[in-house]
Amino acid sequence: MVLKSDVYPIVSGDDVVRVRQVARQWATELKFSLVDQTKLVTATSELARNTLEHGKGGRMKAELVENGSRKGVRLAFEDNGPGIPNIELALRDGYTTGGGLGLGLSGSKRLVNEFEIKSEAGQGTTVTITRWK
Amino acid sequence: MDRIPILKMGDCLLVTIQVDMHDQLAVSLQEDLTAQIAKHATRGVLIDISSLEIVDSFIGRMLANIAAMSRVLDAQTVLTGMQPAVAITLVELGMSLPGIKTALNVERGMELLRGYIQKDGELQESDGSEE
Amino acid sequence: MSSFYEVIRKNESSILAGWLTELASSTRRSDLMGDAELKQQAGELLRLFTAASETSSDPKSDAFLSTREYLKDIAKSRMEQGFTAAETVLFVLSLKQPVFNVLRDQLKADSGKLVTEIWAVGNLLDRLAVLTVEHAIEFRDQVINRQQEEMLELSTPVVKLWDGVLALPLIGTLDSARTQVVMESLLSAIVETNSQIAIIDITGVPTVDTLVAQHLIKTITAARLMGADCYLSGIRPAIAQTIVHLGIDLVDVQTKAKLADAFALALTRLGKTIVNAKMLGKTTSKFEEA
Repeated sequence: MVLKSDVYPIVSGDDVVRVRQVARQWATELKFSLVDQTKLVTATSELARNTLEHGKGGRMKAELVENGSRKGVRLAFEDNGPGIPNIELALRDGYTTGGGLGLGLSGSKRLVNEFEIKSEAGQGTTVTITRWK
Repeated sequence: MDRIPILKMGDCLLVTIQVDMHDQLAVSLQEDLTAQIAKHATRGVLIDISSLEIVDSFIGRMLANIAAMSRVLDAQTVLTGMQPAVAITLVELGMSLPGIKTALNVERGMELLRGYIQKDGELQESDGSEE
Repeated sequence: MSSFYEVIRKNESSILAGWLTELASSTRRSDLMGDAELKQQAGELLRLFTAASETSSDPKSDAFLSTREYLKDIAKSRMEQGFTAAETVLFVLSLKQPVFNVLRDQLKADSGKLVTEIWAVGNLLDRLAVLTVEHAIEFRDQVINRQQEEMLELSTPVVKLWDGVLALPLIGTLDSARTQVVMESLLSAIVETNSQIAIIDITGVPTVDTLVAQHLIKTITAARLMGADCYLSGIRPAIAQTIVHLGIDLVDVQTKAKLADAFALALTRLGKTIVNAKMLGKTTSKFEEA
């Protein structure tokens, strides 16, 4: 169930900073522990940067979600860029296309509870992460 | 665009990163530091991140780059004050920043730097290749 | 739309009386709740239920919002008072009997309608009862979680051995959750006490699996990033074997068989040494004088 939802553009370096702050605010609102907040905001930073640089710009959809008795923050990073042709390869540690994907994807996956990625060559990319309290 | 101030303390440079940096600022810092190290023949660089609440892979790589570039220019780098939550997250991300010396705070960091610089000097003397 | 609400509305006070009688016999628990409070709770719930039933028979509709809120409140307060989840939900279900009694009385001429209304009100009350028990259980889960957190915190003490040296004696089996809490409290302690060396002693840990070993290594790596060193002590032979079998690489980590040895090493690293006071001519023992 979605309790709150908002969308933020990611088209510049300042936007990356801004969505980091948004993630921080929403995590604080749910009273996440400091470590969990830091993990979420860091994952946000990685993925937002990917959206900007690899995806050529896009947006972050933020949702405050509820599942039974637990609440969480769900962030979806969407772009209409070149897409990722081989997701499995991209998720391997240390892999980089030179476009800067590097540790971003595989690392972020470890920082969150749920991680989903949808992408096809030429079709853009959507990465959805969720961190529960 | 603002830049992060670099303080000169004797033959060392001190940088305190306090703001949530956007990528451009991080790149400028790298460039500024490299220029300053070369200009002053710096022997030690101390980067204090005790106020930094987020270090992602980009910042992590920047720090590693600064350390590597300093080494090439014959300067030692020490990173001080990393917050526990940041350390835990970096490790989880897979970045352990090998080859970067660390210290709990600026004071210890300076002691560490002094130690390295002195040791370097002693080694050079006993080499007989200097002076 | 059913018309049981009209019957209930017209007979509210006798239904309430009947309900209280019903409650008195089944799950009274007068040790937990006084008569006045019980009467007040029953009266309020009946009032809300009746008002809501006037416009809807769907417990999920807006009409039943106040009823749902009230049920959530009493579920929580009853759990706090010490009622079981079953006792809490029986409070709601026991309303059925007095309502059936009144319906049977009022509609005995029309058995078809009687059956329809009994089913409608029974169904409604059942669904509200389910809602109540869900809240009761949710509340119970919250309490358990909180207690678990407190237990975790209590069982991970970090001890200061000397200026700049911390020890973390781990005792008992380590699971993933506990090891994470341990990691965080050690790292905070390092900052708070400005300690350069932390000794993690696992003498009291019977087994270590891959996950726990990984957590320990992550802790040590994180401490290093912060500027502190970690030593691992008290590794039993069995655990040493496990570590090797699991292919875990401890090459970067300083280990010592005993906590005492690790402590001695730590002091040396910090440039400190222990000297016999007698040798420095400092003694106040009266045995010496003789």
